[in-house]
Amino acid sequence: MATERLFGLAKTIRSKNAGVDQITFDVVFRDRATYERVLRSKVLSKEAVCRIFRIAPERITDHVEFDPALAIKFTIRRLAPSGSPGDADMFGSQQYGPLLDVEVPG
Amino acid sequence: MSISIQHRRSANQTLRIVCPNGHLGFAPLKTGSFRIGLGSDPDLICADSGSCDIGPGPLGGDISSSPIAWQTHDLEQMLLGARRLGVPMIIGSAGDTGTDSRVDLFVRIIQELVCRHQLPKFRIGWFYSEQAQSAIAARMQTGETIAGLDGRPNLDAETLSATDRIVAVAGVHPFIALLEAGADVIIGGRSSDCAIFAAPAIRAGFPDALAYYYGKILECASFCAEPYAGKESVLGEITAEDVKVTALLPAQRCTVASVAGHAMYERSNPFYEHVLGGTLDMSECVYEQYDERTCRVTGPRFLPAGELRVKLEGAGKVGERYIGMAGVRDPYTIAHIDQVIQWARDQAREQHGEGGYELHYTVYGRDGVMGELEPMRDRPGHELCVMVQAIAPTKHLAEEVCMTGLRQMFYARLPQVKGTAGGVAFAVDEVLPASPAYRWTINHTMQVDDPLALFPTHVTDAGV
Repeated sequence: MATERLFGLAKTIRSKNAGVDQITFDVVFRDRATYERVLRSKVLSKEAVCRIFRIAPERITDHVEFDPALAIKFTIRRLAPSGSPGDADMFGSQQYGPLLDVEVPG
Repeated sequence: MSISIQHRRSANQTLRIVCPNGHLGFAPLKTGSFRIGLGSDPDLICADSGSCDIGPGPLGGDISSSPIAWQTHDLEQMLLGARRLGVPMIIGSAGDTGTDSRVDLFVRIIQELVCRHQLPKFRIGWFYSEQAQSAIAARMQTGETIAGLDGRPNLDAETLSATDRIVAVAGVHPFIALLEAGADVIIGGRSSDCAIFAAPAIRAGFPDALAYYYGKILECASFCAEPYAGKESVLGEITAEDVKVTALLPAQRCTVASVAGHAMYERSNPFYEHVLGGTLDMSECVYEQYDERTCRVTGPRFLPAGELRVKLEGAGKVGERYIGMAGVRDPYTIAHIDQVIQWARDQAREQHGEGGYELHYTVYGRDGVMGELEPMRDRPGHELCVMVQAIAPTKHLAEEVCMTGLRQMFYARLPQVKGTAGGVAFAVDEVLPASPAYRWTINHTMQVDDPLALFPTHVTDAGV
């Protein structure tokens, strides 16, 4: 299997506010095999997420493998609450961009 | 496969709810699937009208973010449908924020609709959620802890006094009290989304765990169905054993993937939902395809809380706000944009002093959207747009600071810049008034003895 971008493997890649102090990320797959392949690759492990967004592990409040939805889900604490002066993404809905280019080994 | 629940109840003891909109007023409900819902034998029509997503401004400034025409549209559709069928209608978190003024607004809209349509007599009930700053200050003075949520520190006096408006988030209790009082239409103040749907189910005797899960899955309407379509109605049915949800828009289905996927939407963790009175545990939920367009869920658990803690939301004004925008094309200036911004900040400090205002720069084309989370902030594009925001106690000062912070980018002194006739490009050479800036000051919990105490209820007659 060739290395593939997460963009091509996931059904949904999104970010959204989870309350006013956190942004949550959902990466959802169509089938169990792909879900498990990405899990095994650890490209979305807690450590990998810290590298992608260049944040300390303490910023990640939740990191969950959600089997019923074939989803990997993690949540990051904001530095300032949503909609504070200077916050440019009040809904937290455009923070997932860097995930699209994550390379998943074959 | 079973016959669709849209056409037939799946058990003798059921309670069916149609939800037409996940955030009433934010965009109008779609009438086609709602009409199908009205024809599907619902026992209630319920919708949530609130969200924190709209930022702290509406709560702080006590305004709606939704236009009154859209709020009226949805309330009219729901009211006429509910009264024609003779079933209750429940709205939670009225007018985006659930403040007292928003509850009064929705009650007034309902009463105007009653007159316009000459509806026969019914009972309308409502409850308030707003909390006085002084009442919370009094509790803090006795040493009580107002505990921070999501990593926030506990509430201190300074943060409380920087707060303009506070709402408490109600559980099922005021909704049940109003149903007991015979209300046919209920307008709720700020409330947990799932409580709006769980309340009638609990009152009808269904298990708490299933009832809260029922609310959880219905509260966003068609967001639990696929393919993606907003503002379409869904129909839920609760029995003593399970919860089922079906899509009403013919092009949509509720699948295991869409319903399980929705359980994690907009929440930090897909397994737990905290409400006033306990925690819904979804970690053992089992999802099955019941009929082609219906998903069946079993296995949620409800863990009653040992101590009742109510969530508080508060917003405080930071100041008046002006914004300005500048474009940059010179590659050397782009590479040194932080120095340009620093120059403009220094000029603002010289003219307006060290403090008493805030100046924010958002650099689109580099890291405008993601800020410190942007992995590519060292690779800016070939042109940038810089948005300048100034916030100050008065409009006059905000305008002046913004003008300084914007225009001084034009005059920034970079040692090797070739262009010496202006460092940035202006599409408009002015700064523009924006809505006042607020921030979420309170995202905390407070202990209560009585889950109804903070939510006074009222009932009156409506209709002709």
